[in-house]
Amino acid sequence: MKPFTIHRGKTAGIDRANIDTDQIIPKQFLKRIERTGFGQFLFYDWRYLSDGTPNPEFELNRPENEGATILVADENFGCGSSREHAPWALQDYGFRVIIAPSFADIFYNNCLKNGLLPIRLDKEDVRYLLRQSERADYELTVSLEEQRVFDDEGFSRPFDIDPYRKQLLLKGWDEIDLTFVYEAHIAAYERRHCPRP
Amino acid sequence: MKPKTIIDKIWENHVVYREEGKPDLLYIDLHLVHEVTSPQAFEGLRQKGRKVRRPDLTFATMDHNVPTVNRFVITDEVARNQIAALERNCREFGIPLADLNSEEQGIVHVIGPELGLTQPGKTIVCGDSHTSTHGAFGALAFGIGTSEVEHVLATQTLWQHKPKTLQICINGRLGKGVTAKDVILAIIGRYGVGVGTGYIIEFTGEAIRRMSMEERMTICNMSIEAGARAGLISPDETTFAYLRGRKYAPKGEEFDKAVERWRALASDEGAKYDKTIEIDASTIAPMVTWGTNPAMSTSVDGVVPHPEQFESKTEQNAVRRALEYMGLRPGTPITDIPVQHVFIGSCTNSRLSDLRAAASIVKGKKVAPGVRALVVPGSQQVKKQAEAEGLAQIFIDAGFEWRDSGCSACLGMNPDIIPEGEHCASTSNRNFEGRQGKGARTHLVSPVMAAAAAIYGHFVDVRQLEAEPVC
Repeated sequence: MKPFTIHRGKTAGIDRANIDTDQIIPKQFLKRIERTGFGQFLFYDWRYLSDGTPNPEFELNRPENEGATILVADENFGCGSSREHAPWALQDYGFRVIIAPSFADIFYNNCLKNGLLPIRLDKEDVRYLLRQSERADYELTVSLEEQRVFDDEGFSRPFDIDPYRKQLLLKGWDEIDLTFVYEAHIAAYERRHCPRP
Repeated sequence: MKPKTIIDKIWENHVVYREEGKPDLLYIDLHLVHEVTSPQAFEGLRQKGRKVRRPDLTFATMDHNVPTVNRFVITDEVARNQIAALERNCREFGIPLADLNSEEQGIVHVIGPELGLTQPGKTIVCGDSHTSTHGAFGALAFGIGTSEVEHVLATQTLWQHKPKTLQICINGRLGKGVTAKDVILAIIGRYGVGVGTGYIIEFTGEAIRRMSMEERMTICNMSIEAGARAGLISPDETTFAYLRGRKYAPKGEEFDKAVERWRALASDEGAKYDKTIEIDASTIAPMVTWGTNPAMSTSVDGVVPHPEQFESKTEQNAVRRALEYMGLRPGTPITDIPVQHVFIGSCTNSRLSDLRAAASIVKGKKVAPGVRALVVPGSQQVKKQAEAEGLAQIFIDAGFEWRDSGCSACLGMNPDIIPEGEHCASTSNRNFEGRQGKGARTHLVSPVMAAAAAIYGHFVDVRQLEAEPVC
């Protein structure tokens, strides 16, 4: 996993709640057996018209959002299926951070496993960032070390993250290698409980 | 001793390692695998030269991509490749696989219980959000992403923070024509798609106790649609009776011993939950969704709402957008919505009792002109039994298409897709935009409601229909 320490980038806003993983990456693109190359399919049905041309109405197609690396959206972002293809697609498209008032559980975990940082902020702060995102020149800095989101105009907010996950992200560690350290505990558990099919 | 919930008990039984400031390292008793969310995980193992720690606690099948007619002819090359990859991976890593030739093949959440792999007290994971289905047995079952699939394959464990607990108590009895599907749709409709976020739900109360295992599976299946990490029901005699004699369930004396252990798992009297919601079963009517998430629903005797009825601007915008997508006008009675497609299937409602209930509405009648209706049994075993009981013939005589098992039109990864702009009465679990096909308009309903819509060509209140005995 690519380490995440500090990131500065342009924001793009999608002012909708309950953006589900079927929208983030529609099912027809889940058949690939690689982890890469999903960015071209991100938000496919919203991003493209029936004839395959970009939908000018869709937020990410607006010129002011070109090159954005921080996505801002309303509550319950990433609800629905467990497909990790959703964070893969967001990351492959270029996003490093997602900010929303709340996230669906499985999606939130999937992001952390891939070095894509999901940040929960208060609804009012998210509204502020959604408004700022309408500007082409608005940039935000995210420091994982300090657990803080700030801009050059006085906006600065702390955010919560599980300390264990934070460490893994900062170091870019492989979690499986880390778990292997506990092999003796796993073996002892198996001797005690004899799990079987 | 302090009274405990079943959630506390299962959790404590599975802690491999605990340290302040870290999530718990939990042991996983059963890992179910399917073709869509596993290839990258196996590839990860291969790249690092890692093994599957417990292939014997892992079980795979193919369900998402598989065609439901001519199932061995997969014309989509990418899908074929994904199915071939699962076969290759299971062979290489020694994992049991119910493939397309197997009588045990089916939707992963239908075959786990059917084979007796799903048992009370187990921790069960699968790279699929509807893994919560298995909670019906008093198991702690939840969906995971592909990185976690890889972690479980390699270590048989997961690092997990314990979620909060939410009790949803359904008091009293359900009325005629009201099913488990209506209960879970009503819960989500009343409390929202985020009510369970950060929680594990335990469903309790008389209405739940009176349900069969298959009805309980429908309820737990859609816990994820309420945002919950998992949903479960304490095991009881209904659970034990279902499991007795199943292929992987303990046998003879072992079974009786297991029942003793399982019985002790049920939540203790007076156990505390972080939150409790109580619902009177008699207030629940047959439900129909009119929008693009499972909370956007009303009872069959209701009407499509006005966006202005909703409080927040965000909600109003979401409703406006949903109605536009669904092609519905506010104030339209639900029973006036015409239906061009009917899908009876999915891990929510494709089990034998679902098919029996639907057949009781269909028997001796014909599918309305202009309606295309599909029945996709949840597993090859369900299919075989439904054929033996004569249910298949009832559907075929009425003009339904009778298919092989798989996820099918629930998410349209195989050729079973609903065309743009057409309405589908579907027994599945998600009515998201494009879920059943680009521009498809999904209405989530129970099997009896779907069957009735097929016969009449629009939604009808099943409480006013007579069911025919089918077995």
